[in-house]
Amino acid sequence: MTAVLQVAGIRKRFGGITAVDGVSFEVREGEILGIIGPNGCGKSTLFNCILGQLKPTEGEVRLDGRTVTGMRPCDLNRLGVSRTFQLLQVFPQLTVRENLILAGQEHVGSMATRLFGPRDAGLRGAADRMIGFFQLAHLAGERAGGLSYGQQKLLDAAMAFMGGPRLVLLDEPAGGVNPTMLASLKERLQAINREQGATFVVIEHNMEFVMSLCTRVIVLAEGRLLAEGAPADIRADPAVIDAYLGH
Amino acid sequence: MANFLNQGVSGLATGSFDALVALGFTLLWQTSQTVNFAQGEFVMLPAFFMLAAAHAGLPFPLAVLAGIAVTLLVLGLGFKRLLVNPMLRHGVLPLAIATMALSLFMRESVKEFFSAEAQPFPSVAPEGAIDLFGVPVSLQSLGVLALAVVAVVLLQLLLSRTSTGRQMQAVAQNPTVARILGIPVERMVLYTFLINAALVSLASLLITPIYLAKFSSGETLGLAAFIAAIVGGFNQVRGAIAGGFLLGVVDNLGAAYVSTQYRGAIPLFLLVAVILLRPQGLLGRAEERTV
Amino acid sequence: MTLSRTATAAAVLAACLLLVLLPLGLDRYGLYILSMWAVMTIAAIGLNLTLGYAGQVSLAQGAFVGLGAYTAAIMTTAGWPLVLALVVAVALCFVVGWLLGYPALRVQGHYLAFVTLAFSTLAYLVFRNEEWLTKGIYGITDVPRPGLLGWSVASPLAFYWVCLASLAVVSAAVLWLVRSPWGRAFVALRENPMRAMSLGVDTRRYTLMAFAIGSALGGIAGVLYAPLVEFVDPTPFTLGLSLNLLLMVIVGGAGFFLGPFLGALIAVLLPEWLRFTGGLYLILYTLLVMVLLAYSPQGLLGILDRIVTRRNARAASAARAASASSFGAAP
Repeated sequence: MTAVLQVAGIRKRFGGITAVDGVSFEVREGEILGIIGPNGCGKSTLFNCILGQLKPTEGEVRLDGRTVTGMRPCDLNRLGVSRTFQLLQVFPQLTVRENLILAGQEHVGSMATRLFGPRDAGLRGAADRMIGFFQLAHLAGERAGGLSYGQQKLLDAAMAFMGGPRLVLLDEPAGGVNPTMLASLKERLQAINREQGATFVVIEHNMEFVMSLCTRVIVLAEGRLLAEGAPADIRADPAVIDAYLGH
Repeated sequence: MANFLNQGVSGLATGSFDALVALGFTLLWQTSQTVNFAQGEFVMLPAFFMLAAAHAGLPFPLAVLAGIAVTLLVLGLGFKRLLVNPMLRHGVLPLAIATMALSLFMRESVKEFFSAEAQPFPSVAPEGAIDLFGVPVSLQSLGVLALAVVAVVLLQLLLSRTSTGRQMQAVAQNPTVARILGIPVERMVLYTFLINAALVSLASLLITPIYLAKFSSGETLGLAAFIAAIVGGFNQVRGAIAGGFLLGVVDNLGAAYVSTQYRGAIPLFLLVAVILLRPQGLLGRAEERTV
Repeated sequence: MTLSRTATAAAVLAACLLLVLLPLGLDRYGLYILSMWAVMTIAAIGLNLTLGYAGQVSLAQGAFVGLGAYTAAIMTTAGWPLVLALVVAVALCFVVGWLLGYPALRVQGHYLAFVTLAFSTLAYLVFRNEEWLTKGIYGITDVPRPGLLGWSVASPLAFYWVCLASLAVVSAAVLWLVRSPWGRAFVALRENPMRAMSLGVDTRRYTLMAFAIGSALGGIAGVLYAPLVEFVDPTPFTLGLSLNLLLMVIVGGAGFFLGPFLGALIAVLLPEWLRFTGGLYLILYTLLVMVLLAYSPQGLLGILDRIVTRRNARAASAARAASASSFGAAP
């Protein structure tokens, strides 16, 4: 399997604090990679460095071998890297369908076709299919702000897939979602992974979710890479257990 | 050189005045996220309160006291209770826009209920000039400078030496933590509104003899205060003071040596440059409460 | 939803009809006021795009109206046709607006308000001081009303039609714009720029565009203002105008397409109706603005929107309850 994303020696300092301390890893085509670690181990900072939201102090990020370090998130997104945020981020004033069209519209056409072309940027069908896939069809015309938390979380995830990304980074997708909704979310993610060959990187606290969803897991502790391997191996790794329970 | 000195002193005088007004502006921002676009009108109005009291027959010193009392009541307590409290839940910007409406409201009210004409206002400092290093320097400028400096020093002492002052600073830095520590946040915020009202009363008393009392004078006065506050550092009390003095000197020297026509432009360039290059202000620390 | 949509359409149609028929019964001054409403609405529509849709605070819209007015006055008194002045003013305001958008990439909220306020004041100083070009405080007199394709539009009624037609064209264009993917991107920029960016929305380009287009519309308003008043001096283009335009947008309802129409209507026509109150008008107006803001920062249309949303939500939850009882458990 080839590497979609290579992260090489990323280091991020805030003043005197080193949040991420020289982390390197690869994301392989088609896998679901989990990143776990205790609170404050630098997971989200690492995500933000990879995605251009933060500028890493040192290190490099390569997409298909091409250096993308420090590239603006919108440019990176149009290269096929998508993400969700830890906190819910939908556009409450727009309808569910509009949210999804928005998520896809910058991936088709040009500024001119987006101004003079059709109002839905030709994406209404695609948006409705995505809405159906995430079982939100009955809510397509509702404002996103009026949805329940779990429904918004599904919409949030659905938006990350609208542009047809090759690589999706999910920041705590399971946070605050009830078990029924969680099972449904996991099933959706696995289906997209299987059918469209999209690659995932998932940050998550919910161990059960990570261990059953991911094909490979890496563990961060105090800003460093602590362990890497199949879910079963990670579960049995004494260093990992120590990092979570020790100190 | 003589001219330079004179301009310098007069610059410091305007600067100390700007610092007073900017200080109040900054305090409101710090403790309650209020960006008071009406701060200039807040300086314009107390002079009219004082004039109204004098017209009602009070002797001038008593009229001044009455004016200050009304200012504390209306621009301190009233402003907070009637406008800031109901608006605060909507966020920083709607409140800022409401203060813009308030500035027009105050301007028009004075024009309608008092006078559209500029009113003379007695000076609290003696007329004339004294000799300083062989240069005549206006006593009025020196008086304004002295009074403003005394006010700023007193306020600094209040904020840093008294327990109430330290509680106010705690509220300014982090209201949530302050609340957890058992500081009566609401009362401290009210104090800053009262302090602001006191500061603008004093500023009004100092500046009105020079520029006359006019309903429209708030725009210029307010602009100077915004610029001083932002240039010095929006979240720093000493930033507002430094910003005020810097602005006053730059403004006066600019007027003397660059162009009188574009005098007003120089502080604006200073403002834009600071906002773009160092948004936290020259002395400020990086804004942490943006989210 | 459909009911409110039909109601809106009917109201808009009635208003259009009124705008066309009303002038037949109006005197010279009435026509002037109505034309001024159309001009100010165009400027407010521009600001609504920048502020209401894209969420970028600007206290500079009045300066762009001034820029347009001076362009028109200077060019038409020199013998150029107004249409050419329009093209120049739009291009000029677009470029200057674009440049003014750059600070918005660094600072937001009240900081941006101060930067644009500074620009507004600077523009006023230029209008006042560059006498060789603007005639300074004396102003440019006798700005001609143009001929249009051979017809003279010098009469108040004819010029009213010009203003109204311009408003119609601008409204149609902006309606198209806000309903296109651009409008969606503007709203995304306002509501959550970081999320928008992560979805591929080039927030930098859209921010600059929001400023440039909004400012260009201010320029169009200015180009109409000059021949309407037939005199251009610096006094109308102080910060006060920018402030008034901002209040128009806020009062009507920022981010609602019809907001500026309503806001400008209140700001331009109300003083005429409240003439009997004398100077109290502005005091009443600003007082109302403050009360409105405390109650509904989204303005008058915001109140309407809230009512409609609440009613729809109630209907939807009733429908959901009905479907849940008939089909068993809801998903």
